[in-house]
Amino acid sequence: MAKEKITMPQLGESVTEGTITAWLVKEGDRVDKYDPIVEVLTDKVNAEVPSSFSGTIIKISAQEGDTVPVGAILCEIETEEVKTEDTEKQETKAEVNTPNTEQPSMKKRYSPAVLRLAQEHDINLETVSGTGRGGRITRKDIEKIIQQRQAGVQETEKAAAPEVSKTQPKSKEIPMRAGDVEIPVTGIRKAIAQNMVKSKQEIPHAWMMVEADVTELVNYRNEIKEEFKQKEGISLTYFAFFVKAVATALKEFPELNSTWQGDTIVQHKDINISIAVAKENELYVPVIHRADELSIKGIARKIEELAEKVRTNRLTNEDISGGTFTVNNTGTFGSVQSMGIINYPQAAILQVEAIVKRPVIIDGMFAARDIVNLCLSLDHRILDGLICGRFMKRVKEILEGMDRNISVY
Amino acid sequence: MPVMSYIQAVTAALREEMLRDEKVFILGEDVGKKGGVFRATEGLYDEFGEYRVLDTPLSESAIAGVGIGAAMYGMRPVAEMQFADFILPAVNQILSEAARIRYRSNNDWNVPITIRAPYGGGVHGALYHSQSVEAIFANQPGLKIVMPSTPYDVKGLLKSAIRDNDPVLFFEHKRAYRLLKEEVPDEDYTIPIGKADVKREGSDITVITYGLCVHFALQAAEKLAQEGIDVHILDLRTVYPLDQEAIIEAARKTGKVLLITEDNKEGSILSEVAAIIAEHCLFDLDAPIQRLAGPDVPAMPYAPTMEKFFMINPDKCEKAMRDLAEF
Repeated sequence: MAKEKITMPQLGESVTEGTITAWLVKEGDRVDKYDPIVEVLTDKVNAEVPSSFSGTIIKISAQEGDTVPVGAILCEIETEEVKTEDTEKQETKAEVNTPNTEQPSMKKRYSPAVLRLAQEHDINLETVSGTGRGGRITRKDIEKIIQQRQAGVQETEKAAAPEVSKTQPKSKEIPMRAGDVEIPVTGIRKAIAQNMVKSKQEIPHAWMMVEADVTELVNYRNEIKEEFKQKEGISLTYFAFFVKAVATALKEFPELNSTWQGDTIVQHKDINISIAVAKENELYVPVIHRADELSIKGIARKIEELAEKVRTNRLTNEDISGGTFTVNNTGTFGSVQSMGIINYPQAAILQVEAIVKRPVIIDGMFAARDIVNLCLSLDHRILDGLICGRFMKRVKEILEGMDRNISVY
Repeated sequence: MPVMSYIQAVTAALREEMLRDEKVFILGEDVGKKGGVFRATEGLYDEFGEYRVLDTPLSESAIAGVGIGAAMYGMRPVAEMQFADFILPAVNQILSEAARIRYRSNNDWNVPITIRAPYGGGVHGALYHSQSVEAIFANQPGLKIVMPSTPYDVKGLLKSAIRDNDPVLFFEHKRAYRLLKEEVPDEDYTIPIGKADVKREGSDITVITYGLCVHFALQAAEKLAQEGIDVHILDLRTVYPLDQEAIIEAARKTGKVLLITEDNKEGSILSEVAAIIAEHCLFDLDAPIQRLAGPDVPAMPYAPTMEKFFMINPDKCEKAMRDLAEF
């Protein structure tokens, strides 16, 4: 014995409901399968609904005059057949069989919306616990945090990643106003920022400046620059002379040609001079390898090559790696004094300032001389004032000795 | 306000437009004396006479062709295809003539025809009485395709279709005809073609759909609301051309989008909706765009179990919606 339900059948296309006009049986009546039990009126037909089972009507659910949707229960029958449970069993079996695979963690699968919101609102995703499947951080999770922040509620960041927030304190929000332009931080800009922060925060910078009289050098260069340009096809810049002077001095003071490696300081044999080359909003530091082995002409050519590569985006990995000391040509812009940030992990950076004609006293007499300031930022962990002072003195000597008697070749 | 069924709203719109403008006339198979196989034109033959409610031969290309010719001469025909499945013989007329003539004649000619056709399954109608055909027409500039989901929308949109100066395909879900009822104003009103409609405001997931599936989605949304899942539902209403602005806005709202259609999945209206969202909303998306659609089999099956497998229903909607909400 089992209970079965008889429902409103679909009596034609587009028919979704029917009205009960008359019951042909009453509760307690015994019916055979296919016996008509109820009359139904639809938009299209007036039909008798047969019983799907043999048994006893135990409950009539829809009354005469009721309009009943297709599929709704009309009455219940207690049948004489034993209900086979095959179908039910199969269903449960199928459910068990579906592989209940472990869900992979979705914690670090960020959707575009989540990434964008996190960037815009400076949210560290590592500290957010997600409510999505597999622990995924949902857009709503982020929106909730933003809302809480706006409401002034302290963000419930776990203490898990204080390291990051220490080195990158959240910048104070200055509200955007009309006309403000939002510039996305490019990869290269980000890399520059990271290097600068690292250098400035880790290296104890010390600073010194010497003044060099380069009148002879200026005279000499002015004499030969036209001819040189014609003959060699490249410009003979002052910068080439300065790089040469620094490279020569480094040979004598290898302490400055070294890098900080945590437990050790490595003094490098090769003198590879990094030079700063700016391009629009980007800064590159390509390297003149073994600058001490090059003539002034060789250095001039190398500078021109590297600058060209920066302009045309053709710098190779080789071009930008292996630098041991940086010379920066800040004088180009007319700067007479600057404090460079060391190109991490190098030991020092030398800034060549603008050459300026100045009155100086030589042998008790005023003279108009070409003077240049050389500024050195040094890593005080590696270097001290004494050695750097000697180095700078030597660079000054070399520059002041550059006159008609030296060869650019 | 009287309560009308979906099909009563069709009849009301036709009748009111015929009273308003004597250029409006109806043609189709059995639309006259019989009042249509679904009774959409019931009473109109008696009220307006045989010259305004024309019984035609069983030739869909003639129904469309005659209608197009009459429309080009200033009439406003409403042609009925008995079932959307039977529209195929008329496709050449609709695409090559109706959709093109304004462009081809440099604006000298236009075709203000409305072609109505009942579509959709779930009525035990099998191959020739259950199909969705909108995708066939949905890349033909010059055409408009309207697929309303409620009696209120039916009346307002059918009036707009009849008054439109270009061809409009008006697809009515045959299962909705007597299933859906609501209050529909007696007075004259229109709903603009090309505008989607938010049928439910919500913040967790966005469902974009049209036709009968709107109701399945609404039913599922009511259930999910009890579990705290808040569903936003956009009814496209016009499936070609699409209301891009509304689609983008709805997708951005939650970043989790489920698209539902009864049509076969591949190359359906949903595919275009998904492309629009992909083009415009990448940085607002929080989950892959999901599609719930009929399987890619040739047509709606006859066997009840198979038809159930093919058709969208509230349970399938609920499952897909919950799945996306939990993502």
